[in-house]
Amino acid sequence: MASIAFSNVEKYFDDQRVIRDFTLRIGDGEFVVLVGPSGCGKSTLLRMLAGLERITEGEIRIDDTVVNEQTPQERNVAMVFQNYALYPHMTVRQNLAFPLKMRKLDKSEIDRRIQDAADLLGLEPLLDRKPKQLSGGQRQRIAMGRSIVRDPSVFLMDEPLSNLDAKLRVQIRTEIAELQKRMQTTTVYVTHDQVEAMTLGQRVVVLKDGELQQVATPQALYDAPANVFVAGFIGSPAMNIVRSRLEKGEGGTFRVRMGGTSLPVSEERAAVFPGLEQKEGEPVLVGLRPESFFVAEEAASREAQIGVVVDTVEMLGHETIVYGRFAEEGEEEAQTVTARLGPNLRIDLDEEIRLGVDTEKIYLFDAEDETSLMDVQQVAEEIGARERNREETPAGE
Amino acid sequence: MQRRRLIGNLLNYLFMTVFALLFISPILFMIVGSFKPDAQVLSDMGTLNAFFPDEVTVQNYRDVFERAPFGRYLFNSAVVNGFIVGLGLLVNSLAGYALARLRWRGRRLVLNFVLAVMVIPFEAIAVPLFYQVTVLGWRNDYWVQIFPFIAYPLSIYLFYSFFLGMPKELEEAARIDGAGPLRTFFVIIVPNAKPAFASVAIVTLLLFWGLYLWPLLVTAGESVRPLPLGIATFYTLPPLQWGDILAFGVMMVAPILIVFLLFQRWFVRGVASTGLKG
Repeated sequence: MASIAFSNVEKYFDDQRVIRDFTLRIGDGEFVVLVGPSGCGKSTLLRMLAGLERITEGEIRIDDTVVNEQTPQERNVAMVFQNYALYPHMTVRQNLAFPLKMRKLDKSEIDRRIQDAADLLGLEPLLDRKPKQLSGGQRQRIAMGRSIVRDPSVFLMDEPLSNLDAKLRVQIRTEIAELQKRMQTTTVYVTHDQVEAMTLGQRVVVLKDGELQQVATPQALYDAPANVFVAGFIGSPAMNIVRSRLEKGEGGTFRVRMGGTSLPVSEERAAVFPGLEQKEGEPVLVGLRPESFFVAEEAASREAQIGVVVDTVEMLGHETIVYGRFAEEGEEEAQTVTARLGPNLRIDLDEEIRLGVDTEKIYLFDAEDETSLMDVQQVAEEIGARERNREETPAGE
Repeated sequence: MQRRRLIGNLLNYLFMTVFALLFISPILFMIVGSFKPDAQVLSDMGTLNAFFPDEVTVQNYRDVFERAPFGRYLFNSAVVNGFIVGLGLLVNSLAGYALARLRWRGRRLVLNFVLAVMVIPFEAIAVPLFYQVTVLGWRNDYWVQIFPFIAYPLSIYLFYSFFLGMPKELEEAARIDGAGPLRTFFVIIVPNAKPAFASVAIVTLLLFWGLYLWPLLVTAGESVRPLPLGIATFYTLPPLQWGDILAFGVMMVAPILIVFLLFQRWFVRGVASTGLKG
């Protein structure tokens, strides 16, 4: 087990900067997921940590040792690749034995470790087969086995599930989570899939264009995104972002206009946005997650209802996703809106429906630099404390 | 519709058969002629009889062994080509790997140089090369026939293009597992590059088995001379017997044919992956 520290790490490919000023500490035994769109630098960061790529500036430490100049072997890291990278000419047993032979372990120790890994991952029947005789899921399990036998201080996983079909992906994802929990080895996992990031990571690192956007627990990322990019990247379908203006209504309640309707920001919600007073009258970006909409009942408060003209409906069985546009366009530019509604709805295309809005879940972002107006740190800490409490309190109490 | 397709297919096969016969006819002529009495070889020429023996004899083969030290020539060719192919595989695969995978200053320049050198015909450099080996004192031995052909640009290029297409992750996995560059090459890369090795071996063998000019320049006497110089002696050795020459030709081609058939499976795969076709 080991802790990892990136300090002001930069990486250039020729003249192009692909990682800028990246700083992150990863605790002993922690499972951290690096997530971001293609080309955001997440795999480069992992490869720099593995020693497969040199860093241009800054420092990487594993425990207290600066590893910038160390070979991958000296770093004692193990890596699982997207395409498994099993040696095609070797049997599974030989694949597992290879890193141990490189370490000059004696034969009995090699056999023992292979047996342990085989027992742990259920590889026993496959040991004498060649990789081409195995399915994608089995190959991925062997690749994990090859990492485990070495007993490394850090596990690195580079999109290990990308080549698997959807069903297998869920299964192996669960296996990876269980394995990490059991082994307690520090793990850095790279993916572009936010579902993998949210389900696996104890903390998730969101990257864009080589820059760190936010590091937080999955729940904190969802509840308190640091900027419009994170808000849009985490959660599916993505959060609706509407350009609007912050106003103050009767009784001192803040309001934002959306789809021709003035939505109130409740006092409790406004409290998480410090400095809102100074923003009065200024343009802001309003964020609403698709799940913050619901089909409005007649009785529901009319002031939190928005008319939406339906463009597309996706019936997913357990829920209905509606893509539309505001029926009334206010000051804001014409915007599309996505709403995640309940099952069994009868909605026709081009029909105008009225959607209620959960105004307790409004997000506000600066219109210029697109950062959240929320005290993200504070909210994330509160969420973290709540999560810790839940973990410490045994179920049923 | 079906009838049309049938006629199309028939024409297609007819066309291909004619071409196949055209290509195969010299080889057929050589094999059939080698089993004919010497006098009949020339008299049948120009007729279809050239491809059908009236009487079969192995006299020409006996003649070859009686009139020339065929075994010696074969041995010399085997030694020279064995070393050219064997050492060539080692040197050229390492060079191709370094060009395809390792990052070093001047790599692109060297690659362009290798590509450029490929278009220079051997005849153009034969004399300067002859001068060079003379200065070094290399004459009339195996080494002088082997050394100039070990590093061969076409082989380097074939290896280069094969390694370029190999997944990088294999080497990265080996690095992380603790293997150095040489061990990675010999333990991980080479076993997975069998098609490339087979293709290069066959191509090199085909190129150098029939080499004539260079051994003629640097060797004297039959002790180290290879098969192509052996067959040439039959043209100058009176009486000129075409049957003997054809029999020599059959025995000269047979070894590479056997090697090709043995490695054909790998060769075809190698051709597909090294970009050799076309």
